[in-house]
Amino acid sequence: MLDTLATPHTLPGRLFVVEGIDGSGKTTQLSLLSKWLTANGHRVFVTEWNSSALVKAATKAGKKKNALTPMTFSLLHATDFADRQLYKIIPPLKAGMIVLADRYAYTAFARDVARGVDRQWVRDLYSFAVRPNLAVYFRVPIETSLDRLLARRIKMKFYEAGMDMGWSANTTESFKIFQSKVLDEYDRIVPEYGLEVVDARRSITEQQRQFREMVTAHLESNPT
Amino acid sequence: MSDSPAQDLGAHGGVTPGQYYGHGLPYAPIGDYPGRIIAIEGTDGVGRSTQIRLLREWLEVRGYGVIETGWTRSPLMAPTIELAKSSNTLNKLTFVLLYACDFADRLEKEIIPALKAGFIVLADRYIYTAIARAGVRGVDSQWIRQLYGFAIAPHLIFYLKIDADALARRVLQTGGMSYWESGMDLKSGDDIYDSFRAYQRQLVKEYAAMSDEFGFRVLEGRKSINSIQEELRRQVGEFLEGSEAATVVRTESI
Repeated sequence: MLDTLATPHTLPGRLFVVEGIDGSGKTTQLSLLSKWLTANGHRVFVTEWNSSALVKAATKAGKKKNALTPMTFSLLHATDFADRQLYKIIPPLKAGMIVLADRYAYTAFARDVARGVDRQWVRDLYSFAVRPNLAVYFRVPIETSLDRLLARRIKMKFYEAGMDMGWSANTTESFKIFQSKVLDEYDRIVPEYGLEVVDARRSITEQQRQFREMVTAHLESNPT
Repeated sequence: MSDSPAQDLGAHGGVTPGQYYGHGLPYAPIGDYPGRIIAIEGTDGVGRSTQIRLLREWLEVRGYGVIETGWTRSPLMAPTIELAKSSNTLNKLTFVLLYACDFADRLEKEIIPALKAGFIVLADRYIYTAIARAGVRGVDSQWIRQLYGFAIAPHLIFYLKIDADALARRVLQTGGMSYWESGMDLKSGDDIYDSFRAYQRQLVKEYAAMSDEFGFRVLEGRKSINSIQEELRRQVGEFLEGSEAATVVRTESI
């Protein structure tokens, strides 16, 4: 089977990925990185998990009715990813741009498996994904992420809190149960796919400094 | 592959009928369910729906509970697939995955519950259509087989086989050739008739390649509706007689 996720890509651009649970601060880190890269004259393109127009409609409909099973949830996200890879990820990489992905296939490996989808099946499913030049995992304890989400008064969403699994009727409780399973999966993914880890309990500036160092190594080793 | 009633019913890709082909749904383990899946495969225009309608009637008269499930008919995905087809913006992988999602939805919400309750599930096309279409479009054959590892192996798979020329005439007499069934998305040319024949020929090749792998029972699609139906009933009847579990109500007088 063609396994591009296991093979370094040969496109002229660079693909950098951030991973982490909700409230890990990865989106903040990615947008700071984007500002810095742009200021340094790089051409940057950002793509987010589950954002293709076509699939959004189905996901929304399914979510509204709480009609998604772990399997259809997983397949919908894979469909979204296939669509974005074709239109949003590969073309900028071919054009020699830097693609920044807010969540990648690893999110599916963590979340879908936490929902009970087969671990090997979901890995085979995403074997067509382009291998990132660098994937950074922002590791944070659940309590910290929960504090951040609550402080921002973000209403926890049904699926993000794993409410579809029926583990707890209490949103916060359910979030904790679900995200702890997600964290366990990430711990497995990190060595398996060679993700770099950033301690996301540290200050935003400290994390950003470390993140930029990691990215710089990939820019210098093979300038775009 | 053979029409012989003595065929080994266990030879469905080395998988026991009624069980998952590969990595199934770990959260939905399959028990020894009393229901049965009978899949009817074949390209559009070969007469699947007519055969299924007649078979269903016959089964119900004999006292079997029957439900039908059909490709792209899930409430979750049907609107999205229609949208995708009409906007013609989908690439091959996205299409394959949308179909898989539709199948997963029907598997979990229609097929598995029906199997538990002892119904006969008549599937108007099954995963083999998706595998054939993906094959023609150059999708990795191992990848798509892994993908459909969550599908349950049917107890019987009938394949209504027809050559591209006979099919072309039949389709022209009924509804005409559609964009998708003619493989126009493959952009092999502007002539829909030529494209249709080339595409259907390739599909037939793909089905033929799967025939042994999954244990298809091949029926000659050029035969009359009645003679196909007779053969179907004979084989289904034989299978059900040897399979007590699916018996829900049997009316001896009929």
